[in-house]
Amino acid sequence: MAKTILIRIVRMVTLIIGLSILTFWLIHISPMDPVNAYVGGDSSASPEQIEKIREYWGIDKSPAEQYFSWARSLLQGNFGISKLYRSPVISIIKSRAMTSFALMGTAWVLSGSLGYLLGVVSAMNRGKPLDKVIKWYSYTLVSTPIFWLGLILLIVFAVWLRWFPVGLAAPAGVLDSEVLFIDRVRHFVLPALTLSILGVANIAMHTREKMIDILNTEYVLFAKARGESKWQIFINHGFRNSIIPAISLQFAYFGELFGGSVLAEQVFAYPGLGSTLTTAGLKGDIPLLMGIILISSLFVFMGNFIADILNMVVDPRIKGDG
Amino acid sequence: MNRTEKTPLLEVKKLEIGFTQYFKGTQKRTIKPIADLHVDIHEGEIVAVVGASGSGKSLLAHAVLGILPGNAICKGQIMYCGEELTDERKIQLRGKEISFIPQSVNYLDPLMPVGKQVQIGLEKSQAKKKQQELFCQYDLQENTSNLFPYELSGGMLRRVLFATSVREGVRLVIADEPTPGIHPQALSEILKQLKKFADAGAGVMLITHDIMSALEIADRMAVIKDGRTVEISEASAFEGKGEGLQTDYTRRLWRALPQNDFDLEFRAEGGTELCP
Repeated sequence: MAKTILIRIVRMVTLIIGLSILTFWLIHISPMDPVNAYVGGDSSASPEQIEKIREYWGIDKSPAEQYFSWARSLLQGNFGISKLYRSPVISIIKSRAMTSFALMGTAWVLSGSLGYLLGVVSAMNRGKPLDKVIKWYSYTLVSTPIFWLGLILLIVFAVWLRWFPVGLAAPAGVLDSEVLFIDRVRHFVLPALTLSILGVANIAMHTREKMIDILNTEYVLFAKARGESKWQIFINHGFRNSIIPAISLQFAYFGELFGGSVLAEQVFAYPGLGSTLTTAGLKGDIPLLMGIILISSLFVFMGNFIADILNMVVDPRIKGDG
Repeated sequence: MNRTEKTPLLEVKKLEIGFTQYFKGTQKRTIKPIADLHVDIHEGEIVAVVGASGSGKSLLAHAVLGILPGNAICKGQIMYCGEELTDERKIQLRGKEISFIPQSVNYLDPLMPVGKQVQIGLEKSQAKKKQQELFCQYDLQENTSNLFPYELSGGMLRRVLFATSVREGVRLVIADEPTPGIHPQALSEILKQLKKFADAGAGVMLITHDIMSALEIADRMAVIKDGRTVEISEASAFEGKGEGLQTDYTRRLWRALPQNDFDLEFRAEGGTELCP
């Protein structure tokens, strides 16, 4: 087991190195120009001044030299300064990550537990109307784009019913220190709901399949022959055999969750990592963009990593080897 | 013997099991693996149900237990203690009065320690103690109870399966091929355990295709072919050249056994082929 974890960590390091090269190269060949982004629409800067900035930032050097100087400062924990917000990238990421992780964490727990429950109920009532409703619901949701669902929720709950605010994480025009907790919750509900609802379908359908497989096994047949009720079969065998795959699936779902949060945050103008990523990309804030890409891929990798470790720890059959 | 006068513990009459399936997309058809099956078991008696693979032996067990798949259609009569064994009664009785020993160790939950699997269905307060007694009785070491099925040998798992079937108040034990692929010593152990059930007054249905080992303990033999009961005879009739047997099929089946010299001469005299 220790060996497996070690291999995973080595893999993570190589992944990060590869990924940093790839992002650097992609941004290098993109039309994004950091100097342009910095100077912006300010045309008062003369060509000589712009040349000076280029020299100062080292953009005139070769791409390899640029990459290594960037990587060197990364290793020292220096992600650079955001050109857009004029503050260190790492502090921006920190402040945004908390908002985002609260959002994703809630969605992750809600969609996981609700999805698992729906999947189990669906499988145990296979072929009955309840199963059909759950299946229909899941298939519809799976094929629903997240931004569209966000807009629908926005129209219904924010515009028509006026239950929740239209966007942002706190009321506009109020000092950060004066924002009430309840206000934050009100702003939080719709984006979190959007993310959760979509996550449900995925896990529900997978759990349903897994549960149907389990119900068709010989050990469940034997359980029935021994007089176990439906409920006992679920508690004794169904839960035990389906919860590990469900949880690891949910961890592996980190990637999609992050992708979903980028869109959901955009729709609700919710200032998390996702919307900052979009802004950084659109405005050409390269240090911020690359910082978020690295952090988020680390996040997705952690999800898969936890899923693997969890499988090993919980499933006794995998324990012995490795 | 007063077998004929007493009401049998289990009486299966004219059992028919069919499955509907779809073929070529939409057309429905019914296949009937069991057409006309009857068998009866009295208390304290071991009846061996023998027949080739696919003759419907396991389905018989599943029908009595009420664990046939959803698309099965079951007709005929199953009487238990003189009363019809309805689906509701099956649900009530299985695991309590009717005990099942399945044919493969895959019938154990792969993710549950074996001790816990034996405890299922036992009264909570005594489950642990009872399970330890059973393990002791079946020569399973105390510490095996915390192991998972994959950590035990095939023979040990068989004994675990037997331990799951021992319950107070069991009156009918259905053993579905408990013997295949087991070395002779373990085999005689299993047969001894089945005999123990019968000695304790339970009826035992031993489903097998191993005639020789079935004969060691069975009182009567029911021979099944293509979902029909061909004959039910006293175990003592399976002897010598099979003069005491009622039907040609059984006689030929008996004499074709290796122990009886693969008597092919007889087969030629018999006219019809054994295997169509």
